[in-house]
Amino acid sequence: MKRRKFDMAAVPGNAARGVDDRFQVATPLRRLLNKVFPDHWSFLLGEIALFSFIVLLLTGVFLTFFFEPAMTEVVYNGSYAPLRGTPMSAAYASSLDISFDVRGGLIMRQMHHWSALLFMAAIVVHMLRVFFTGAFRKPRETNWIIGSLLFWVGFLAGFTGYSLPDDGLSGTGLRIASAIMLSIPVIGSWLTSSIFGGEFPGTIIISRFYIAHVLLIPGLLLALISVHLGLVFKQKHTQWPGPGRTNGNVVGERMFPRYAIKQGGFFMVVFGVIALMGGLFQINPIWLFGPYEAWVVSAASQPDWYVMFLDGSTRLMPAWEINIPIGDGYVIPPLFWPTVVLPGILVGLSTLYPFLEARHLKDRKSHNLLQRPRDVPARTAVGAMAVSFYMVLTLSGANDVIADKFQISLNAMTWAGRIGLLVVPPLAYYVTYRICLGLQQHDREVLAHGVETGIIRRLPDGRFIEVHQPLSAADHDGHGALEYGGWVVPKKMNRLGALGPAIRGFFYPIEKPAEAPVSPGHPPVEPRAEREEIGSGERR
Amino acid sequence: MTSDNDRRRGLLARLRGRPAARSRGRRRLGAAVRLLAALMLAGGAYTVFAPGVQAQDNPPLSGAAAEGKALFDVSCVTCHGRNAQGVEGRGPSLIGVGAASVEFQVGTGRMPMARQEAQAQRKPEVFNDEETRQLAQYIQELGGGPVVPEGANLHEDANIAAGGELFRINCSQCHAFGGGGGALSSGKYAPSLRPATDRQIYAAMLSGPQNMPVFGDNQITPEQKADIIAYIQETLKHDQDPGGFNLGRYGPSTEGLAIFLVGIVALVFASLWIAGKS
Repeated sequence: MKRRKFDMAAVPGNAARGVDDRFQVATPLRRLLNKVFPDHWSFLLGEIALFSFIVLLLTGVFLTFFFEPAMTEVVYNGSYAPLRGTPMSAAYASSLDISFDVRGGLIMRQMHHWSALLFMAAIVVHMLRVFFTGAFRKPRETNWIIGSLLFWVGFLAGFTGYSLPDDGLSGTGLRIASAIMLSIPVIGSWLTSSIFGGEFPGTIIISRFYIAHVLLIPGLLLALISVHLGLVFKQKHTQWPGPGRTNGNVVGERMFPRYAIKQGGFFMVVFGVIALMGGLFQINPIWLFGPYEAWVVSAASQPDWYVMFLDGSTRLMPAWEINIPIGDGYVIPPLFWPTVVLPGILVGLSTLYPFLEARHLKDRKSHNLLQRPRDVPARTAVGAMAVSFYMVLTLSGANDVIADKFQISLNAMTWAGRIGLLVVPPLAYYVTYRICLGLQQHDREVLAHGVETGIIRRLPDGRFIEVHQPLSAADHDGHGALEYGGWVVPKKMNRLGALGPAIRGFFYPIEKPAEAPVSPGHPPVEPRAEREEIGSGERR
Repeated sequence: MTSDNDRRRGLLARLRGRPAARSRGRRRLGAAVRLLAALMLAGGAYTVFAPGVQAQDNPPLSGAAAEGKALFDVSCVTCHGRNAQGVEGRGPSLIGVGAASVEFQVGTGRMPMARQEAQAQRKPEVFNDEETRQLAQYIQELGGGPVVPEGANLHEDANIAAGGELFRINCSQCHAFGGGGGALSSGKYAPSLRPATDRQIYAAMLSGPQNMPVFGDNQITPEQKADIIAYIQETLKHDQDPGGFNLGRYGPSTEGLAIFLVGIVALVFASLWIAGKS
């Protein structure tokens, strides 16, 4: 019998040829794998959200195996002693079982919650990157709108998930949500009773939230994320301006292998960070909150961070009640303005911003090159204003915890929030605008006068001058005026290659610093001669 | 002439003045004065000889209470006044607050107060246990009031689960779900329960110190109080935090801080690192 030699190295090629013979995928796949992505750290922030969404799906599926979305009353008899014998809903009892009796259940629950927080945080950070670099401009307005929708759908996903365990804290949140819905004029009471199936809390809300949380909202998120990524593919990623980079090309790395490997590695890192947080930091200790009962409200009841700005706006809102004397009298409660009108305005403004800006600037061109925040001071300042507005509201949402732990009067915190909400954003606008102008000016100064060398020269007449290294040949004025290219201007000698390059390495040098090149005019500096210490001669 | 005549007449006659000159008005005044004098005499004699109802309730202070009074007169009298009657604008009357209140306020170092402010803070005690007991005895003997039962461990054989439910209904609004305390209006606050002993929690429930409501024995029975104390001492203080570092048990506010300070910071560094590898 003749044994054929098995050629291991030919297996992948043969397999790939076999697949291509059958499915004819080589041509489209080549196009895909050769797709070029620009590389910059700030382009990876959206991926954090994407990867934490994947972790959310994985851990969430695990949790559904053990969670019982029902409000039927049971008596807890699990292994957490301080609640044994307490009547509670089946949802809360099964959440306790996940935490204490299901193997690995607690870390899964905590990873799920941490990745939810990370998902929202990454969305916001990614959105800030897109905003401040002008990546939302034509042709990408649609993707900006989808991104903003992703925030609000994620917001709903987070809120429904927060409500599911039916513990004391989530029930308090649900009660507030029902109050917010009730405050909507005309339709409020109808809306609330149709969602809760009658008066709060009813017996159906957990089951309804469950199906929304595990099917409808994730489905919507998945669809939006797919379109979001599809549009990035179709419209190509934006890139920073730089040598060889124009509005009409993309300079970067091919999707395969480098970019894909990097992304795979980054997914592992994100997964690792979430797993570490899930294992090291306790989140949402539902066993301490107890089962939800309408008469149980704890101090420091806060929503998760991305909802906290609404809590803050409610706390800051003065008690202005509008009474309309129609019929039996009609009341618009003060809660309506900070929790329905304000988010409505925020959604509208943030979604429409690309169009507002384009209209204001009469800009109808397509932009594939990013802008440095300093080069568009008005937009950067508006962004800073929005961020500070959001920050004041979020801090006010936690103002009782801040007041208690930093020993400030709660009343003072409330008034600081009220005044801060009006004063801080304009201040942030002004300060940011000035900082942007200052940075711009410094860039232009370096382009005109050159890089500071750190050398001070004394002239024969006694004056001192600072020696600059011009970036271009001098014109007749002795100035070399370079055009600003919209990208980082070198401001240190080692960036020009005039000194040794900066030492590479993340926290410690991974290579020996290169020898500085010696310019012909200056002899290399000798190290100083070793000198002996002059002592009294008694010690040896 | 007149003075010689006066000297010869008796005292009453002299008081009465000249019989011939007595007008109707003076006669009436004299009658009133005599009536008043007689009444005063009778009242005074009764007060001296008949033992009153008040006197029966005020036996001399016991030894401990007398010691306590001595301490009181040195350290507390400035604000709470003589005989603990209170001083307007400085300190309330202590008549009837009971030994429980003294045990809580003095035993946790809240009294004597460092200064007048929104609320007295817990600080190292000024008086030792013996002195605190003496002060408590003095206040107790002044006007009675609630007293903490004997013993250092007040939660033996108590039902922790029932205590947890009572805690969440009655206590967590201010002291928060983890017993870490919370803010009240105008700089007042509900303190953390972590340093509190069984007796201090019991005393606080009985006496309602500062902004805390009184939870008397007809609202929360002594057994229920023991349950609550058991929940605080056994569960809140000894919870192992199975999920890891508890972030101070401040709820979602510190969790939100952690996701940015730990999660986002770590991942931004990771993206800097990964994007730098080219």
